Amino acid sequence: MLKNKHLLGLEGYPSDDIQTIIDTAYNFKKVLERPIKKVPSLQGVTIVNLFFENSTRTRISFELAQKRLSADTVNFSASSSSLKKGESFKDTAQNIEAMKIDAVVMRHPTPGAPKHLTDFIDSIIINAGDGTHEHPTQAILDMMSLHEKFGKLKGLKVAIIGDILHSRVALSNIYGLITMGAEVVLCGPTNLIPKHIEGLGVQINYDIDEVIEWADAINVLRIQRERMGRGLVPSIREYRNMFGITRSRIKSHKKEIVIMHPGPINRGVEIDGFVVDGDQTIILDQVLNGVASRMAILYLLCGGKKTDGVV
Amino acid sequence: MSIKKITSQLLLKNGTIIDPFNKQIYLGDLLIKDGRIAQIGEVVVTEDIKEIDCKNKIITHGFCDLHVHFREPGREDKETLETGSLAAMSGGFTRVCVMPNTNPPLDSPESINFIVQKSESCPIHIHPIGAVTKMQKGNDLTEMGLMKKEGAVAFSDDGLPIQDSSMMRIALEYSNLVDVPIINHAEDECLRSDGLMNEGAVSTQLGLDGNLDLAESIMVHRDLELASFTDAKLHVPHVSSSKAVDHIRSAKSSNKKITAEVTPHHLYFNEEALRSFDTNLKVAPPIRTEKDRNALLEGIKDGSIDCIATDHAPHTLDDKETTFDLACFGMIGLESCFGAVNKVLVKQEGLDLIDLIKLLTVNPRKIMNFNTDLFKIGCEAEITILDPETKYIFKEKDINSLSVNSPFKGETLEGKIEYTISKNMLFENR
Repeated sequence: MLKNKHLLGLEGYPSDDIQTIIDTAYNFKKVLERPIKKVPSLQGVTIVNLFFENSTRTRISFELAQKRLSADTVNFSASSSSLKKGESFKDTAQNIEAMKIDAVVMRHPTPGAPKHLTDFIDSIIINAGDGTHEHPTQAILDMMSLHEKFGKLKGLKVAIIGDILHSRVALSNIYGLITMGAEVVLCGPTNLIPKHIEGLGVQINYDIDEVIEWADAINVLRIQRERMGRGLVPSIREYRNMFGITRSRIKSHKKEIVIMHPGPINRGVEIDGFVVDGDQTIILDQVLNGVASRMAILYLLCGGKKTDGVV
Repeated sequence: MSIKKITSQLLLKNGTIIDPFNKQIYLGDLLIKDGRIAQIGEVVVTEDIKEIDCKNKIITHGFCDLHVHFREPGREDKETLETGSLAAMSGGFTRVCVMPNTNPPLDSPESINFIVQKSESCPIHIHPIGAVTKMQKGNDLTEMGLMKKEGAVAFSDDGLPIQDSSMMRIALEYSNLVDVPIINHAEDECLRSDGLMNEGAVSTQLGLDGNLDLAESIMVHRDLELASFTDAKLHVPHVSSSKAVDHIRSAKSSNKKITAEVTPHHLYFNEEALRSFDTNLKVAPPIRTEKDRNALLEGIKDGSIDCIATDHAPHTLDDKETTFDLACFGMIGLESCFGAVNKVLVKQEGLDLIDLIKLLTVNPRKIMNFNTDLFKIGCEAEITILDPETKYIFKEKDINSLSVNSPFKGETLEGKIEYTISKNMLFENR
């Protein structure tokens, strides 16, 4: 079992617990490959997916993980703007808990919202992304995918490319990978890499070609189109030229690297469609591992005492 | 807590009298008669009058806070002049200046008069600070002359920094006519952007939008330059950054009209405390790094910073028990002030108690041109009786404000206010 009641983030999260989750996820991945992809591990457990921000893949991934574990699930979606006008965050949370539930999976646009939720309700809280803070389950599925590919995390050279400043995926990956003994390099426009991030034990290199030569794997972040213009990124053309994982750039490197992307992909912006569809990417493995690792997390936090989880 | 009228006479017996004006410390008694200082030193009375045994306690001037928000008119659910007065007295304060960002704001002689009239029945002295611009919009000057005649002691658009440098110049120039300080909440709004906490290592790790220290120091620097150019009185509120302290120190070497304040929370906490995501720590300007905190302590020691002001900013539970982005800026501070600053400045930093008391009494009064020689015979009694050695955990029951938004809850503070005397009323903290 895990040391913490909740999964709020990977900052300070114990390495043996990350390893336990990954190991358990392998077992659940086997379940997902069976003809009948369902186990009764969380029968009678009620989980609410509380999404205050739009999400497709994370919500579906969690929902599938819950269904595969036979948990009862309810989805709640509310845009934060409607919340601003009406019921408070605290009231929403307490109302839902009053209906007798066991766990909440929450996505929220504000950093720290899952932490605040623990002040208001007693249920187990799993953070499905809180603003530009953390996205721990994404980082765990990324680490599982790397572990699956390389057989280890320790000593692995991982580069994270793109808008680090606004990325919860980057921050959780940094915490997790450093804890697991990997080496992490960040690469992206100078104004999208926070000044103080080096304190977390990562290195920064603004030269994408040097980074590709160095890395075992690169994790390519989505560049949000709404960030274009406001001076953050001058244009797509400029970004592609300096940081894009383009067909020609990948071809120019003789070396084989593993390419990851947390999705959703902007084909032709941060990465070319040709590369996405090529054989160096493990993007769809990440998606499947997402269901398996979320099953592992839900099972280990909400479930019984068996550690393999497969019934 | 209890508050009652002093009937005719009250004798404060056997205390340690600290007179921050005459820089004297001595054992003695203090007799109050009809609300005024009747005798001080060794007092012999023959009649049977009420006494307070002040053995091992300090008798000193009532504290003065240049920066509080009492929310009246408009948000009487957060604080009123009456409840704010009780919060002030439990913190040892007998005189406060209230900021004009009420609803409507204090931007006319009529609204200044409202505060003055309404405060008459309050147990402490409350002085309104008028808005610099109408509706605090930064466009048109208020009637500073008429407002001063009604009782405004300074002018500020607190909470809303005056962004337009030309407007700030005009305000400073015009303030020379009324000869009172202009107080500008110094933050460059473009640079501050949507910042929720200090920009630095912690904001990077928490994913919270950062508010750069330069947002403060750039505007402080602008204001100092304009103040020197216009030869006006500028008071810099709630200094929070090392860079701003440097600017103030350097400006003060040639300009004696500059003054500055610091809050107890900027002296007590650093940004590490925000890791708890406690919305009570969300303040403007934000709590910054340990380096900044040390610079503020240094600024106090070398006189760059003149006084301590709480920026007491009450908010309802609903305005704070929410996510970090939606929570209001500000914390209450009157009740926890002395225990916090005594702990940091005297116990940890080795400042003399009398020097701390000056930061809470003589210095702020001097800035506002209030009487500073309070222990003169015949003077109205504004007195604080405190024990600087009491260690206690600050709790919600120690709060008399209508609001309880304090991150000091649960902190061990050192130094407790026992009694406060003001307007011939005796406040007792229990």
